[in-house]
Amino acid sequence: MCLALPSLVTELLDGDQAKVDLGGVTKAVSLALVDGVAVGDYVIVHVGYALTKVDPAEAEKTLALWAEMQETGALT
Amino acid sequence: MKYIDEFRDGDAAGRLAAAIRAEADPARTYHIMEFCGGHTHAISRYGLEDLLPANVRMIHGPGCPVCVLPVGRIDAAIWLARQPGVILCTYGDMLRVPGSKRLSLLKVKAEGADIRMVYSTLDAVKLAADNPDRSVVFFAIGFETTTPPTAVAVKQAAALGLSNFFVFCNHVLTPSAITQILDSPEVRELGTVQLDAFIGPAHVSTIIGSAPYEYFAEEYQRPVVIAGFEPLDVLQAVRMLVAQINQGRFEVENEFARAVTRDGNPKAKALVAEMFELRKSFEWRGLGLVPYSGLRIKDAFAAFDAERHWDVPADSVADNKACECGAILRGVKKPTDCKLFGTVCTPENPMGSCMVSAEGACAAHWTYGRFRDA
Ligand code: SF4
Repeated sequence: MCLALPSLVTELLDGDQAKVDLGGVTKAVSLALVDGVAVGDYVIVHVGYALTKVDPAEAEKTLALWAEMQETGALT
Repeated sequence: MKYIDEFRDGDAAGRLAAAIRAEADPARTYHIMEFCGGHTHAISRYGLEDLLPANVRMIHGPGCPVCVLPVGRIDAAIWLARQPGVILCTYGDMLRVPGSKRLSLLKVKAEGADIRMVYSTLDAVKLAADNPDRSVVFFAIGFETTTPPTAVAVKQAAALGLSNFFVFCNHVLTPSAITQILDSPEVRELGTVQLDAFIGPAHVSTIIGSAPYEYFAEEYQRPVVIAGFEPLDVLQAVRMLVAQINQGRFEVENEFARAVTRDGNPKAKALVAEMFELRKSFEWRGLGLVPYSGLRIKDAFAAFDAERHWDVPADSVADNKACECGAILRGVKKPTDCKLFGTVCTPENPMGSCMVSAEGACAAHWTYGRFRDA
């Protein structure tokens, strides 16, 4: 039950809720635990609540690390 | 899907595995415990252990909220469900966990108790609002990730003026469980379990941040890397831990920086602090009584506390003798060490909690790994 996935916020709803999309499946989640969520953000959703926003810059940094490994080819 | 597919890329996994093989010192072993069931699940599902060199071993930890709840608390929930006028609701996984006498909430439901599965705590509040003449008890379980949603629900019930909404609180804390493992005789004195490093929780850490792990990284001299739940996250964390061990460092590092900061989620933490306080001790399956590891509702919200409203039995009940969940949760045994694994005990007919939830070590091993070890 700890499995939670990053979902795209597609619409802000009344009552501190938002509509999110996860690979084509939409559902309403609560925004009671995070401030400043906007349409287009990715949030990590768990038991119906957004726990945190995904930081796109940090995600890029992590991915770049692995891309670099490929380019240098040092490890193959 | 964005932020998922890129973190499951097979080529990158191969390169990371090659890097780990190159960097791990063949003259030593690396025993890395993944605390979280979410990591256990990813390791089994993607066969990550097969990618690692033989001297880098993963040890499954106790971080599955369904698995660590002791039988006594399941029995107490069953007791609550049988009280007149009660609707007991909880997350889906809890329904199948065996209590004593092979009872489960599912079986008690079949006998006529009103037990409902909810997806979110707000569904539980709605149930109370829709059934004013019934007492709705939310059987709350989980680590720091599920605690804030429980707090939101109590707040909402208070705002709605509901007097028929109750929480049976079983929320537990991750750092105290890790400390308990490091203090266990197997690790400290007997040396039967070697633990060199930890992969720290993903989603728990989005709430509490990375700071709470600094204490035992320092105190117990074990490195910690907080990692996401995707396979590349896990491999990257292993690589970072191998590097720390090689260099003799024991720091808290954060692989999951896209979602975890040092301080975590201040709004969620404030809510939890307002509503909950530490219990002196709380029983965990496998770990026994762990000091200051569980939460209860503060006096200010006493009206919503099921344990104050009912005289809930607080017995400590032993596990099924043949079930090895306890030892598995401490990292002392593996699922295949259990005689019941895959024969008497399967996800369809679980004998112990580790076979119930997808994050349980036995369930993960049964679903993804049973042919590999055979
Ligand atoms: S296989 Fe079943 S009985 Fe054995 S340890 Fe796992 S959950 Fe318990």
